[in-house]
Amino acid sequence: MKENNTQNPSLVTIRNLSFSRGQRVIFDNASLDIQHGKITAIMGPSGSGKTTLLKLIGGQLSPSHGTIVVDGLNINQLSRSELYTLRKKMGMLFQSGALLTDLNVFDNVAYPIREHTALPETIIRTLVLMKLQAVGLRGARHLSPNELSGGMARRVALARAIALDPMMVMYDEPFTGQDPISMGVLIKLIKTLNDSVGLTSIIVSHDVQETAAIADYIYIMSSGKIIGQGTPQELKHSKSEWVQQFMNGQPDGPVKFHYSSDNYFDDL
Amino acid sequence: MTYSHLGQNLKMITFLSAIGQSVIANLTKTGRGTLFLKQTLSCTFSVLCHPRLIIKQLFSVGVLTILIITISGLFVGMVLGLQGYYILSDFGAEETLGVMIAASLVRELGPVVSALLFAGRAGSSLTAEIGLMKATEQLSGMEMMAVDPIQRIICPRFLAGCLSMPLLAAIFSMVGILGGQLVGVTLLGVDEGAFWSQMQSSIDFYDDILNGVIKSLVFGFVVTWISLFEGYDAIPTSEGVSRATTRTVVYSSFAILGMDFILTALMFGDI
Ligand SMILES: Nc1ncnc2c1ncn2[C@@H]1O[C@H](COP(=O)(O)OP(=O)(O)OP(=O)(O)O)[C@@H](O)[C@H]1O
Ligand SMILES: [Mg+2]
Repeated sequence: MKENNTQNPSLVTIRNLSFSRGQRVIFDNASLDIQHGKITAIMGPSGSGKTTLLKLIGGQLSPSHGTIVVDGLNINQLSRSELYTLRKKMGMLFQSGALLTDLNVFDNVAYPIREHTALPETIIRTLVLMKLQAVGLRGARHLSPNELSGGMARRVALARAIALDPMMVMYDEPFTGQDPISMGVLIKLIKTLNDSVGLTSIIVSHDVQETAAIADYIYIMSSGKIIGQGTPQELKHSKSEWVQQFMNGQPDGPVKFHYSSDNYFDDL
Repeated sequence: MTYSHLGQNLKMITFLSAIGQSVIANLTKTGRGTLFLKQTLSCTFSVLCHPRLIIKQLFSVGVLTILIITISGLFVGMVLGLQGYYILSDFGAEETLGVMIAASLVRELGPVVSALLFAGRAGSSLTAEIGLMKATEQLSGMEMMAVDPIQRIICPRFLAGCLSMPLLAAIFSMVGILGGQLVGVTLLGVDEGAFWSQMQSSIDFYDDILNGVIKSLVFGFVVTWISLFEGYDAIPTSEGVSRATTRTVVYSSFAILGMDFILTALMFGDI
């Protein structure tokens, strides 16, 4: 693990991150590294702050303490235009898809290309169709976002996230709502993209087995802290109860399924 | 000290702190609104370089509002014709009906009523649209694609609103005058020549028409600003968006009527 760190400079370095929403502490002094060219998975119970972490990395939220360095730049000290320049190199797949509802599928995927390049329309067409083919929705290009199913919308959003061939892609739950076949295709797609173009990928996912199959490194978080990290192999044989509970999906254990609350019986 | 005394003190303190909190909340909201306006205005130049963005919004903000403006203008003008005729005929001054209708429309009713209708028709839909875009993370999505939503979404709508309002007010006044003529001349028999010539000689370009245009420009600016900001600042849930839409209509109406008094006092009054 240590060796790995020195061989492979990390693209994202997070140190002593703290962040709260009102009274609720989401991150409490968390540190993690996302390595160049690798697939890093972030796992954790629902509501533990995974989406928040991606928004912090993308500079949409600012931490109350700690630093987030992306590609050598401290996200929170960048000016607006520097931040936008950096974001052009990041793709993000939102948990909700976040497709623009007044554009059809084709135009949604073409949107970032049209905004940031001056390519002729014929080349844009080719690029967009290639991305849509990769997610299996080339035939759906004329549909509008409200005619898509949840899983389809997410695949379109994935195509859009990779439209500009970014250096890093953040996938927020890419597998949710996918049937086993598209799930398999997506897993392969993420892996291929990562390996063939030297992308760096961050995957947030609850699908432990599927994610462990392609991830190079996994962080497990709960209650604002990183409670386990390592390669999938290391985690499978981890002695930590927390990690075991999460990797095997047991309901009982140190990780709480419930949002922090008073005693159930007292409440009733 | 008795217990009831303590209780009263406590009530007083909660009451005061509630007032303080709402004052602070409103002040910070005003601050956010002003910053939002500044950001929007600072994009104006770059948006003007992409007229296509504005044209699309001119259609949905302006053109789609024409129908309601035309119909309302017609009825307001017809009512003015009727009421004006009954009052003026008592004094034997039916010929000045044209002046009365035109002056009240161009100075007051045109800008004010069309701005109120504009707030209800276009303003509320702007708020709902922006609020829903926020709720469905489309605005965050654009930000993550390094596209500034203020520049791409807000500013074109803002410019379209500011441009449409004076034109809509002009249409309102024009149709209103035609409605007045329909009732006054065609139905009630006021002399047509007198109706138009008196109007022509009494209505002044600067005093009446230009002031009306300035009013409607100001109203367009304020209503569009309120609508867009309420949408942008809405709590991103269905309830939050519906409340923001209501606030748009309420605040816009207050703003229009309040500003109208101030503007009228500045333009016509000797206050
Ligand atoms: N806009 C917000 N305002 C206040 N609290 C929020 C907001 N968004 C998220 N939270 C809180 O932050 C915590 C973390 O949210 P986040 O969306 O990051 O969870 P997550 O790990 O992505 O969960 P999931 O796996 O269900 O997507 C949650 O407990 C939630 O209550
Ligand atoms: Mg999430």
